[in-house]
Amino acid sequence: MANTWQADPVLSVEHITMRFGGLVAIDDLSFNVGRNDITALIGPNGAGKTTVFNCLTGFYKPTEGMIVMRHEDGKNFILERMDDFRISQFAKVARTFQNIRLFAGMTVLENLVVAQHNTLMKASGYTVAGILGSRAYKRAEKEAVDKATYWLEKIHLIDRADDPAGDLPYGAQRRLEIARAMCTEPKLLCLDEPAAGLNPRESDDLNKLLLSIREDQGIGILLIEHDMKVVMEISDHVVVLDYGQKIADGTPAEVKIDPAVIRAYLGVDEEEAPPIAEKLITEAIARAENEPPAQQGGR
Amino acid sequence: MEYFLEQLINGITLGSIYGLIAIGYTMVYGIIGMINFAHGDIFMIGAMISLIAILAIGLTASASFALLLLALILVLAIAMILASAFNWTVERVAYKPLRGSFRLAPLISAIGMSIVLQEFARIAQGGRPKPMQPLLSGGFELMHRTTEAGEFIVRISTIQIIIIVTTLALMALFTALITRTSLGRAQRSCEQDMKMASLLGIDVNKTISITFIMGASLAAVAGLMFFLRYGVIDFYIGFLAGVKAFTAAVLGGIGSIPGAMLGGLVIGLIEVFWSAYFSVEYKDVAAFAMLAVVLIFLPQGLLGKPEVEKV
Repeated sequence: MANTWQADPVLSVEHITMRFGGLVAIDDLSFNVGRNDITALIGPNGAGKTTVFNCLTGFYKPTEGMIVMRHEDGKNFILERMDDFRISQFAKVARTFQNIRLFAGMTVLENLVVAQHNTLMKASGYTVAGILGSRAYKRAEKEAVDKATYWLEKIHLIDRADDPAGDLPYGAQRRLEIARAMCTEPKLLCLDEPAAGLNPRESDDLNKLLLSIREDQGIGILLIEHDMKVVMEISDHVVVLDYGQKIADGTPAEVKIDPAVIRAYLGVDEEEAPPIAEKLITEAIARAENEPPAQQGGR
Repeated sequence: MEYFLEQLINGITLGSIYGLIAIGYTMVYGIIGMINFAHGDIFMIGAMISLIAILAIGLTASASFALLLLALILVLAIAMILASAFNWTVERVAYKPLRGSFRLAPLISAIGMSIVLQEFARIAQGGRPKPMQPLLSGGFELMHRTTEAGEFIVRISTIQIIIIVTTLALMALFTALITRTSLGRAQRSCEQDMKMASLLGIDVNKTISITFIMGASLAAVAGLMFFLRYGVIDFYIGFLAGVKAFTAAVLGGIGSIPGAMLGGLVIGLIEVFWSAYFSVEYKDVAAFAMLAVVLIFLPQGLLGKPEVEKV
């Protein structure tokens, strides 16, 4: 097949299995993420999506299998062998969580600058030159602030740069988290339910932000999402999990009519599944567009 | 009035020393949420190393002031480096393996390390108090009045000036370090969410180690100052000074660096004034009673942030 994610993957998950005692959270899962694709990881609750993320970012070490991050310069990083901070620093994977984990007591700007810690640390000669106020450090710090400013403008938060991050409204905090992850200059951005709790307008803004990130930064985005409208609208590639196993993998159009997916989501027979599913998903999308914010988002 | 002024100077000097030690408690608490009970003993180690270094260099009061000052800076550097090495090792050996364990585990381990350090100093250096001739004499007269009872002179000694100036300089340096440098930002981010910090590429273990090193260097400064001011140390000084400094950190609001400094000053002043106007025997009681009173009305301490739980 000539899919982008098979031709040039930025991330290959190869046969990973994750067991917690007797529980198999992920069972022999393999998939690829295209270098410049938006890939959605979907599945019913408890399917193992967040566990996959935790394996990617070093929180869990998979019991079996391999996760390879492939940079375009040919360097490969085997993620399950790396410490979590090295995954961000060298393999260039960034992530956000389902719940917001900003540094609430630090300012909005500081949240973005702290994400550039490693660059600054090097420039400051591991703080010594920084204290002495060397010119190279000042330049590096200015660059860091410039980059933060670029992202603040992009997420429309430039006016609140010096407010504590915890004081921002919910939707703005979500955007700030994505911006902060981007400040680490990732080659793969992993977002765990970025649209959860957003109202339709904020959700649309988020879609635009993600599309522009893919466009401008040329990176891959892997997202877990329950909001089918977001998934169908922006993703190039959808991977569906159920009970820790991959049950479908393809373009949104392919996945939408995949009988296994419909069975997992709706629990109906295979023969009658496709037409029902298409109808239901179309309906769900229509509903999502009209629904009040409170009922939308993650379930 | 003169008496008051004199005691005020003494109180500020003592408070500065407490404050310097308290910063180490507060920084470590801020970043990993544990009380490093061995920190008072790091202060003692700092004082011991200072003494050894002074003797090794062969420093005596007969040297010229400039030479003395230079030599003391060298002694200070040695004490800071070695005390940092001690604290770094303590963290590596006794706390890091327990990270992620239940909260009391590192606390108990810290008490153990405190005993280890004390006993090490006792065995290596002997149990007897170690006095020394004052290295720096001299000072300035601030006030001079002849009364019927005799002459009353308010003086600030050179060593008091050195202590106060050094403390102020270190305070400024550390505040700048925490608020303006990338290292400080990393420390603050680890304080709030270690996992998230590591996902942003910050080496949390290294940041914690650096925090221990920073705390130890300040304790070493306090150790040298204490030794120069009081002229006698033993292996046990770390205990009481540690408890006082810990009290200061709690009083000021644990986790807050300006709070630690302020708490140190308050404890130092209470102790000195109580001794001056009431009875020396009860000075510690007064200091701890003050802590109790403040904590009843301001549970988060003087400068601590109140914990607001958002629901």
